[in-house]
Amino acid sequence: MTLLGHLSLWLAFLVGLWGAVTGFAGGLQGRTDLQRSARHAVFAMFGALALASICLETAIFRHDFNVEYVAAYTSRNLPTFYLWSALYAGQKGSLLFWATVLSLFAALAQLLTSGRHRAYLPFVAAVTCVVATFFVTVMLFAANPFERLAFTPVDGRGMNPQLQNPGMVFHPPMLYLGYISITIPFAFAIAALLSKKLEVDWLVAVRKWTLVSWLFLAIGLLLGMWWAYVELGWGGYWAWDPVENAALLPWLTMTAFLHSVMIQEKRGMLKKWNLALIIASFLLSIFGTFITRSGVIASVHSFTQSQVGYFFLFFLIFAAVGSFTLYATRLPLLEADAKLESMVSREASFLFNNLLLIGVAFAVLWGTLLPILTEWIVGVKYTVAAPWFNDVIVPIGLALLLLTGIGPLVAWRRASIPNLRRQFAVPATAGLFVLLIVLVAGMRDLYAILAIAFGGFVTGTVVQEFGRGAGARHRQYGEPLALAALRLIGRNRRRYGGYIVHIGIVLLFIAFSGMAFKTETQATLRPGESATLRSPYGHLYTFTHLGISQYDALNRRVTAALVDVSRDGKAVGRLKTEKRQHVDALGRNTFEPSTEVGIKSGLREDLYVVLGGLVNGTEQAVYRFTINPLVWWVWFGGYVLVAGGLIVLWPGGGSPAVRRTQPGYAVKLEAER
Amino acid sequence: MIVDRRGFLVVVAGTLGAVVQDSLAGSGPAGKVADPASAGPALNPTTAADIDAGLQAIEKQLKCHCGCGLDIYTCRTTDFSCPVNAGLHGRVVALADEGKTAQQIIDAFVAEYGPQVLMAPPKRGFNLVGYLVPSVVLLVAAGFLIAMLRRWTCAATSR
Repeated sequence: MTLLGHLSLWLAFLVGLWGAVTGFAGGLQGRTDLQRSARHAVFAMFGALALASICLETAIFRHDFNVEYVAAYTSRNLPTFYLWSALYAGQKGSLLFWATVLSLFAALAQLLTSGRHRAYLPFVAAVTCVVATFFVTVMLFAANPFERLAFTPVDGRGMNPQLQNPGMVFHPPMLYLGYISITIPFAFAIAALLSKKLEVDWLVAVRKWTLVSWLFLAIGLLLGMWWAYVELGWGGYWAWDPVENAALLPWLTMTAFLHSVMIQEKRGMLKKWNLALIIASFLLSIFGTFITRSGVIASVHSFTQSQVGYFFLFFLIFAAVGSFTLYATRLPLLEADAKLESMVSREASFLFNNLLLIGVAFAVLWGTLLPILTEWIVGVKYTVAAPWFNDVIVPIGLALLLLTGIGPLVAWRRASIPNLRRQFAVPATAGLFVLLIVLVAGMRDLYAILAIAFGGFVTGTVVQEFGRGAGARHRQYGEPLALAALRLIGRNRRRYGGYIVHIGIVLLFIAFSGMAFKTETQATLRPGESATLRSPYGHLYTFTHLGISQYDALNRRVTAALVDVSRDGKAVGRLKTEKRQHVDALGRNTFEPSTEVGIKSGLREDLYVVLGGLVNGTEQAVYRFTINPLVWWVWFGGYVLVAGGLIVLWPGGGSPAVRRTQPGYAVKLEAER
Repeated sequence: MIVDRRGFLVVVAGTLGAVVQDSLAGSGPAGKVADPASAGPALNPTTAADIDAGLQAIEKQLKCHCGCGLDIYTCRTTDFSCPVNAGLHGRVVALADEGKTAQQIIDAFVAEYGPQVLMAPPKRGFNLVGYLVPSVVLLVAAGFLIAMLRRWTCAATSR
């Protein structure tokens, strides 16, 4: 099977090269035979790469430990669930997964793109073939997943225990899907530049792909946060690690694009900017891959340092120089159709929104690269961790949150003072009311206060928008308000789905602010002994160590500690935290013992218990007890954000002409005059 | 009281269990576990220095060297068996016991391990550039954007 997989890689390589050449030539010369051949090459490449992936999965499931990759990341007793995820648990397999999914997306782009965008497809085929062929090249010449060992081990090394978590089964593919699907909008952008067809058409073709990519990245980031929280045991979910930052960067630039694209669609402005954002998003996805796979910046997420990084650096430079050179030659064709009419307009607010999003992206990139820069300039590789990012990013993030509430309140083209007064009255009152409440409640952390108050303002904006739209339907059709609100979303999914995303962002910001109030303690307890910890809300939690039990489970020896928890003297439940010693099929230890955190999640706070270890092999246990406020809202905010994104993405909702006749839509336009 | 055979066996098993496992809730010393090694290296009981808020604040500013990327406090309360963080924590405690202030302890670490031991570059000298560049770039870009918007809106008005 590995021979077949290896041959499939070579086939994909050759077919990819052919697709790239015929795609560019067919598009530039207008030859339909070459265009058709490029399209077929995309499908053939997907077939070859899918076969290669099946071959590797087969080797994994057959425990073919003569294959270096299988021996390095699996073992005979690895649960089946994780045998699937072993495909992308290591550098080589993840490259194959990446190339396969990219070729799948490339094929889907060819199949699903509507007839009126056909002119772009040869170039799209060519660009996707170039990118996929690059990944196949890396595998063939630097990281071959089908490489064989000179001997066959009895058992494999097994999977890192921290990867044996459901979050880690879904987090990497979601993140990869986000990274990978950026290639499709990028391919359409290059196609538009090459074909000089730079009207709104290419935007329509890429908007949904960009949204798909944005959504997958968002899900990937949220799952990564969840995994870090439940598995790593340090008590948080975001550490500003370089690899986390690298995934955030294209998400930020795509968020900027999804806002500014509306200005191009409505007013024919920002053509240059939108193209630049798509190109930058793609380059940042390659940059993120370079960071993850090169080891150039220390990160707990990095794959082993290897020569793969040089390939990515070369490709990053090649793609940046190539795409921006092409972009520069087409600038004269990208003049705006209309001019901005007022500084106080929706267009201007979107521009400032873009400025802040790109500002955050720049600050994150700057902080990520700062250790390298300081090493070059002053000879010291400074550590740039959470304290730096909190100092620099949080103020910009808060300004962005505020603008999230301002943007929808300002009319398109030109807003009058009476209009602004009417629009801002309710949201500003909501924000001030929330501010007053948190101040009276005794909150004194400035960033947290601002996050919650701005959150109140943004929520006021969204509620007002829904209220007006639903009210209009209620008056016209006599629909109950709840039904009217639902139909409002259905009729204008993009706009109201976007507002739901804004609510998700508000929830995330408020939840993030909760971490400013976390409390924790450490204690060594004999069975029956207790430790106490006061929550930020003033409740006294008592943690009583009940005892230690040891047992075998699947591929590990478990040392479980049970803790009884009470709040202000009333029982709230029991928490179990574990030490796990993973073993192979022969009972040999495979990794150092890992920790499983005990978490009791609630709307107000999470109780987070970590078993540090045992004193002299007795039941006397060392614990860390942490109370993390509002963490549940991070996950709930994530659900809301993803739900909003899905609503925006969901097809249908009527044509723009039909939507304009709907109450709610009309009311908004009237209010804007 | 009449006890049936099953009840008798339960009582006997419970008694034997109590003898084998001597750590009943809140009473007596903690019993040995069957396989201590699978729970990781043996730990020492928590001391007052481990939970001292002042020392924690210092340790949160200093980076652990074990490759975790975390500060000393977070590392030692996450990976309790890491010998690197235990050594660094011990050094902080020793310096505090010598009567050194927080800043003196941090300075001692910088002198010993270099400035990269700090979790963020100190806010002075050339390092300030690292802190200010994002804000300055953002302000310059905002100024540029406002100027552009003015020009566009003036052009639109004059037309």
